[in-house]
Amino acid sequence: MENYLSLFETYDVPAAFWVNIQLSFWAALWALALGTVLALFRISPIPSLQWFGAAYVNIFRNTPLTIILAFGFLGLFSVMQISLASELNVSLFRIAIVGLALYHAAFVCEAIRSGVNTVPLGQAEAARAIGLSFLPAARLIILPQAFRGAIAPLGNVLIALIKNSTVAAAGSVAAEASGLMKTMIEFRSDLVFPIFLTFALGFVILVIPVGLLTTWASRKLAVAR
Amino acid sequence: MSAQQVLFDAPGPRARRNILIGNIVGVLIVLGVLAWVISALAEKGQFAGSMWAPFLESRTWEFFILPGLGNTLKAAAIAIVTSVVFGLVFGVGRLSHVAPVRWIAGVVVEFLRAVPVLLMMIFFWLALGSSGAVKPQDAPLIAVILALTLYNGSVIAELVRSGVHGLPRGQREAGMAIGLTRNQSLRNIEVPQALIAMLPALISQFVVILKDSALGFIITYPELLQYTRRLGVGEGNVIPSLFVAAAIFIVINFALSTLATRLSVLLSFRTKGRKPVAREAVALDAAST
Repeated sequence: MENYLSLFETYDVPAAFWVNIQLSFWAALWALALGTVLALFRISPIPSLQWFGAAYVNIFRNTPLTIILAFGFLGLFSVMQISLASELNVSLFRIAIVGLALYHAAFVCEAIRSGVNTVPLGQAEAARAIGLSFLPAARLIILPQAFRGAIAPLGNVLIALIKNSTVAAAGSVAAEASGLMKTMIEFRSDLVFPIFLTFALGFVILVIPVGLLTTWASRKLAVAR
Repeated sequence: MSAQQVLFDAPGPRARRNILIGNIVGVLIVLGVLAWVISALAEKGQFAGSMWAPFLESRTWEFFILPGLGNTLKAAAIAIVTSVVFGLVFGVGRLSHVAPVRWIAGVVVEFLRAVPVLLMMIFFWLALGSSGAVKPQDAPLIAVILALTLYNGSVIAELVRSGVHGLPRGQREAGMAIGLTRNQSLRNIEVPQALIAMLPALISQFVVILKDSALGFIITYPELLQYTRRLGVGEGNVIPSLFVAAAIFIVINFALSTLATRLSVLLSFRTKGRKPVAREAVALDAAST
């Protein structure tokens, strides 16, 4: 037991989780913005934008996140020498955010589209009947209801995003949870199980409230029909 | 509802003109973005012939891409079989009428679904490697398979459960009426129908397994990404190599996704289950890597 507690003096476990939370937070914001735009493209009357939205979703949804992040770290950072900040660490951190956001935007788009599908036909017909054209109808009538219908699937995407933030280890965003766990196990192989359970429990504690909260919110905010 | 037909009226002359203008602007924007990406890549010489020439040589395919793809498919194929078995066992466990079995299966499934796959992979890799239970060179493969099985198996267990819950109550009642026990009716009547109803969702989960197998890259399992990285470092064409690896994954996954969509239409009359079983819930779980 003392052995186990000494781990927390040597390694800063909460700080590692904090890195994952930050990664998830920023990536979630960007993914939500990009995903909403893509969803608008896919439901718009303009064929080229529909095509672009569909192509984006099919490409990014079917590519492993590991490849997208490897592309960011090996391709953009090492080969193309694109850096997003003057400091190395910050630059890697931001590339990880961009990769996570690009990947999850495809799932956000699909979640919002499934939310749009929960809006009954009559709502769109009524919007048209009072003379709203596509953008006003989308902004005032369809999207507010679609977002409320999309809370549960969006929550699932957020949960996946939090878990996927560990993949940033592929690009040696070093201070992050899965990377720290690897280091800790390598140095303290006598404590393999306690270390793994600590980190696993950390994610359970992060993920389960998000699940409960989004389930509660999706019920609370569900459009009564 | 199909959003396309509902959000806007059948366009009249003015709307048609606006759509045409929008379409042209849209094409220009899309082409502009593509041109920007391509010119940025071309500026660094990523489209030079020498970058892509290795993919025309047979040794590139023979020694890098095909062995890598083989290892990826091997890990994914084994993990698919084991996670279906795991999912069936725990899915039926969660439906058991023996309360403790139900609770234990529930806790296991919920726990495994909340832990990142990569965390499990790293844990099994290092634990197996240091324990000496397996040969050191086998540890990455076994770790990949174990981690994929535990996570995706739990998702499949949830699929089985929602598939059975989606069946009309009459199915079980009919089973009881002809004298089956609850277990028999579960095994012989409910689960087989649930399996058919969940087949499309199951195939979507196979896409997740295939994508997640690329995580093996991080724990040194020599799968496709690992090999293409080696190729890229050796030939100095990291970006083209990653493009090829991504393209291979996209083609396979796109084929699987298309199959899933076709099947969901084809099978919809073969089961009493709700038609698109848990399609929503599952399409979203696909977000996992």
